[in-house]
Amino acid sequence: MLAIKHLTLSHFRSHRVTRLDVDARPLAFFGPNGAGKTNVLEAVSLLSPGRGLRRATVDEFARQPEGLGWKVKAEVDAGGAHEVETWADPGSARAVRVDGKAASQVDLGRMIRVLWLIPAMDRLWIEGAEGRRRFLDRMTLSFDPGHAEQALTYEKAMRDRNRLLKDQVGDPSWYRALEAQMARAGMAMTRARAATVVALAEAQAGAETAFPTADLSITHPDVELPGSEEDLLRAWEDTRRRDIAAGRTLIGPHRVDMEAVYAAKGVPARAASTGEQKALLVSLILANGRALAARVGAPPLLLLDEVAAHLDAGRQAALYDEICALGAQAWMTGTGPELFAALGDRAQRFEVTEDGGTSIVTAAG
Amino acid sequence: MADDTNDVEALIDLMARLPGLGPRSARRAVLHLIKKRGQLLGPLTDAMAKVRATARECLTCGNIGTSDKCAICASPKRATGELCVVEDVSDLWAMERAAVFKGRYHVLGGTLSALDAVGPEDLRIPQLVNRVEEESITEVILALPATVDGQTTAHYIADHLPGTAVTSLAQGVPVGGELDYLDDGTITAALRARKAF
Repeated sequence: MLAIKHLTLSHFRSHRVTRLDVDARPLAFFGPNGAGKTNVLEAVSLLSPGRGLRRATVDEFARQPEGLGWKVKAEVDAGGAHEVETWADPGSARAVRVDGKAASQVDLGRMIRVLWLIPAMDRLWIEGAEGRRRFLDRMTLSFDPGHAEQALTYEKAMRDRNRLLKDQVGDPSWYRALEAQMARAGMAMTRARAATVVALAEAQAGAETAFPTADLSITHPDVELPGSEEDLLRAWEDTRRRDIAAGRTLIGPHRVDMEAVYAAKGVPARAASTGEQKALLVSLILANGRALAARVGAPPLLLLDEVAAHLDAGRQAALYDEICALGAQAWMTGTGPELFAALGDRAQRFEVTEDGGTSIVTAAG
Repeated sequence: MADDTNDVEALIDLMARLPGLGPRSARRAVLHLIKKRGQLLGPLTDAMAKVRATARECLTCGNIGTSDKCAICASPKRATGELCVVEDVSDLWAMERAAVFKGRYHVLGGTLSALDAVGPEDLRIPQLVNRVEEESITEVILALPATVDGQTTAHYIADHLPGTAVTSLAQGVPVGGELDYLDDGTITAALRARKAF
């Protein structure tokens, strides 16, 4: 079981103080645009490592004009009750406390697995590779919390290497020293991503679902990504001259793309209709949830912002049925209560309104 | 505060710049020093004046001492052929507190970081390479931080010392530590570095 039981938002975005007592069922938040629905989901997304579902900076979370800092506090059932707090004072980094003790964001990742789907991702299949890579990494992180650490190590060593390239430093030892670390962390990332793609394929193949299967593959621009630490090291040594000319590292796990084919039609996801593209994303999120439930015994928290958009009534109903079958605590938003009618009493409903710049969340049955 | 406390205020400002102290703790420390003028403030002032006059970096290893050659570099007993490379003097002192290592040290004065514009020439790496040749060093022990910059520096040094045994401190379970409290990275490192029981 993984579910939030109490959630408090304090001076977080449009919320002055919002307290929610909820059970493990899915939650539907409805209300007009700008009322502060997504802010609730964003607060929940901060119970996992990183910058949350909008990739914001810590200061952006603070309610304005006060700018006093912010806090999100949750009582979470994650194999036992835990109290999780995350906050930032003005100008300070985000801090985390679990059961009253200081903790790291990686600790959070081990305890609470969160996946999200937001309207900005509706164009995921047709925009640049970065968004798809980030989506793949978030799914990978849900299976393997250590993925974040490997990615940070790789990123740091690569930024150092890029600095050397830009400054046209010629010292091969310095490059080799950085590339050794990039190779070790990069191969760990590559293995974890590949394992995620396999896990998702298995979870999609074994499921009875109304959502289409996405055949995933990981690709690299221009050349094939070297498949071992030795090959990566050789590739970086061979391309150093070209990398110096470009001022950046041109080969490596930081450049991979996740491509998807709409299996039933055999067409690339980017060529599918808007609704089909959304359905593929939903399919992956659900497959990720099923695979996690099978592996760690509990589905992740799902944050589905404006999830009904682009889905026809049949698919909306199917999505709700699958969420309930999965047993996931899904936090969903939509403009009106009618979007969640098909859930019946399987969900908790909250109306979100706004008064003078402050969000008000009211239980609506 | 009134004008006649300006000297005290200046002292508090200076103390607050010390690592580990903030304005509040600096104020407490200064107040304590003034109250214990005879037992603390006087001897502290004398000790600081002496250190100011005599403290200098050892020209060989980078340790802090009172002459051009620190006590460790000057002692023939420490010429074991083992050389321990550390990032900072505080790391050297930590190693000495453990009183296990009998060889000599080499303080780099930092770690490589292209982003912070710290290159090999900003560290004491060329001096290290010279020492290994001149002092008949048989083993270089890298005691550098387990960070990206620390490990980059370790790789760099190893690359510049072909033909010399280069080892590094083990990473893993701390003495008296419980597995339950360790992060995944530490457990992975410990498992990789396992040895016959």
